[in-house]
Amino acid sequence: MEKIFQKLSLSSATLVFVLLIGIFITLYSAAKPAIDEFGLHFIINPDWNKEIVVETPSLRADTVANDAEDDAIADEDDMILDEDDDEMLLDDEDDTVTKTIYGGLVPIVGTLLTTIIALTFALPIAMGIAVFLAEIAPKNISYVVGIAIELLAAIPSIIFGMWGLYYFAPIVADLVGGYQVSLLTAGLVLGVMILPFMAAITRDSMNTTPAVLKESAYALGATKFEVIKDIIFPYSKVGIIGSIILALGRALGETMAVAFLIGSIFVLPKAINDPTISIPVAMANNFGEASGLGESALFYLALILFIISFAVISLAKFYFLKKAK
Amino acid sequence: MTKVIKIALASSVLVAGLSANDVIKGSGASFPYSVYQKWIKAYNKETGIKIDYIKKGSSKGIKDAKARAVDFAGTDKPLSPKVLKKSGLYQFPGVVGAITMGYNLPGIDNLKFSRAAIVAIADGSVKYWDNPIIADANKGMKLPHKKLTFVHRADGSGTTYNFTYYLSKVSKKWRKTYGAKKSLSWPGDHHIGGKTNSGVAALLKQTPYSVGYIDYADAKNNDIAMATVENKAGNYIKPELKNFQAAAAKAALNPAKDFYAVIADPKGADSYPMVAATFILVPSEKPEMDKKVTAFYDWAYKNGQDIAKSLGFVPLPESLTNKIRKYWEEKGIR
Repeated sequence: MEKIFQKLSLSSATLVFVLLIGIFITLYSAAKPAIDEFGLHFIINPDWNKEIVVETPSLRADTVANDAEDDAIADEDDMILDEDDDEMLLDDEDDTVTKTIYGGLVPIVGTLLTTIIALTFALPIAMGIAVFLAEIAPKNISYVVGIAIELLAAIPSIIFGMWGLYYFAPIVADLVGGYQVSLLTAGLVLGVMILPFMAAITRDSMNTTPAVLKESAYALGATKFEVIKDIIFPYSKVGIIGSIILALGRALGETMAVAFLIGSIFVLPKAINDPTISIPVAMANNFGEASGLGESALFYLALILFIISFAVISLAKFYFLKKAK
Repeated sequence: MTKVIKIALASSVLVAGLSANDVIKGSGASFPYSVYQKWIKAYNKETGIKIDYIKKGSSKGIKDAKARAVDFAGTDKPLSPKVLKKSGLYQFPGVVGAITMGYNLPGIDNLKFSRAAIVAIADGSVKYWDNPIIADANKGMKLPHKKLTFVHRADGSGTTYNFTYYLSKVSKKWRKTYGAKKSLSWPGDHHIGGKTNSGVAALLKQTPYSVGYIDYADAKNNDIAMATVENKAGNYIKPELKNFQAAAAKAALNPAKDFYAVIADPKGADSYPMVAATFILVPSEKPEMDKKVTAFYDWAYKNGQDIAKSLGFVPLPESLTNKIRKYWEEKGIR
C-alpha cells in the first residue's frame, strides 16, 4: 500500500511535467512553418494577416499557381467569380504574386498591457480587502464578505464578458470617453476577475501571522497601521507574492471575457481607451477559420504566450520568493 | 472484473453503433445555424428522424466533409466544381440570408447608403458622419459632425466573407487590396470588433455614431436601425423580406456548375444587394445517406418557409428548388 501510494503520487507529479513538455513540443512543431517564415521578426512586426505583393518572374508565379492547385486548402482562399460578370474577372493575378505576412507585436503588447492594467487595478484593492478581512472587520462580517469574494472567484469568465460588454463598458466609455470596448475596459474587468484570488490567498496568509507577534507589537505601543505595515505584511509576503503569481497566470491567459471587451482589432493602441487585441483573443477568434500559414502563425503566438507566462511566473517565483526568504 | 468491463465495452459499442445509425450528422457554417436548428426540430417532430448540426464555421465544415467525418456539411463559401469533383462531394444551396448595414445615429432614421459610401465606411476613409460621400445620398438630413465608428466581426465568419465579397464586387480597389475573406485585419483606425453577431449587435446598440454590417435576423431582434442601400441598378432598397426574395430570384445559381456562385449584388431593379446563399455538401459515395439528407432539405424547402421568414432568412424561390431537385435526381441522391 505504502509503495502504491508513493508510485501514484510520483506519477501524478511526473504527469504534469510530461504534459508541459508535450504541450511545448506540440506548439513548437505546429508553429515551425511560421517560425521558419518570419523568424524573430514576428515579435516586432505589427502587421497581422497583411497581403503584400511579391515581385516575381513569371516562372516562379507559375509554380506558385500549380502549388495552389494541388493544395485543396489554398483553393479555399481563391475568390469565386461570376463568369457572366466581366468586370469581376481577376485581371491582375497573372503578373503579381501576393504573400500574406503575419506579425505578433499587437497581440503581444495587448496581452502585456491588459495584464498590467488588471494588476495595477486589482493589487491595491485586493490588499485592502485582505487587510480588512484579516485584521479590521469583526468576525461575522469578515465571514460574510469572505464568502462573497470566494463566490466572485467561481463566476465563469463568459459572465464577466457579458456583464462587461452590456453594463460595464458603457460606464467606462461615459467616464473616460472613447470606445466602449478597449484596453482599459478589458483590463479593468480582468482586474475584477483576478481580485478574488489575490484577496482570498492574501487574507489566508495574513491569518497565519502568529498572534504572539502581533500582541508583542501592540504591547510595545504600535498602532494598528504599524502592526499591519511592519508585522503582518512582512510575515505574509510569500503568500502575497504567491497570490500575485496565480493572478498573473490567469490574467495572461484569460480569453472569453477579454474577447468581448478588447475590441479585437490588430492595431497598436495609442491611448489607454483604444481597442486592440491580446494573444488568447487572437487565437480564439481566428482559430476556427485558420488554415496553412495563418494557423501556424497562431501557434507561434501560442508558443510566445507560453514562453511569456513561463518566464514571468518563474521570474517572479525565483526572484521574489528567494528575496522574501 | 474483466467480465464486467467486457460487457460494458460491448454494450457501449452497441449503443454507439445504434446512435450512429439513427442520427444524421452535420457540421459547418454558423450563419444559417438558427434556421437549420428550427427546421431540424420541426422535421424531427413530424418524421421522428434525428439530425445533429453542429456549428463549427464554414472552413471546419468543409474539412469535415472532405474527411468524411459527417454526413453533410454546411458552408457559406461554395466550392468550385473542380474541388468538389476531387473530393467527391455534391453541393446545393440550403437557404438565403441577408446582411444589413446597422447604425446607431441618435435622432436620425431612414439613413441611405450609396455603394461608394459602404466601401468608404469599410475601408476607413470616412472619418465623420457629415462626409459628402454619406451626405449626398441623404439630402435634407442634417448629419452630425461626429466621429464614425465602424463595427465589424472580430471572429472569422461567413457574414464577413459575404460582406467582403459584396465589397469586392462593388469596388475594384477593395478586391485588389483586401478581397473576400472570413476574417481580415480591417483598415483604418476608428473601428472595433465584436465577437459573434450578438457581440456586434451589442456594440452597435451601445456605441452612438456607429455603423456596422450584421445579419438581418440579429439586427431585427435587437431593434437596430438598418440603412436603405443602393443596389446594382442604382435604386435605394430597404432591407425587407420581399426585397431579399427579389434578389434571391435573380441569383445565378446554376446546377451545371454545382450551384457554384456567390449571389451578392444581383441584378434587378428591386433586388436588395447584400444577400448571401449558404450551401450544403454531401459525399458522393454514400447515396443512401445522402437521400436522407436531401429528403430533409426537400421538406425544408416545402414546409420550412415560415420558419425561415420568421428568423429573417429567405426561403429559396420555387424555380430554384425545382432545379435543386433535378440536380439530386441526376446525381442519384434523391
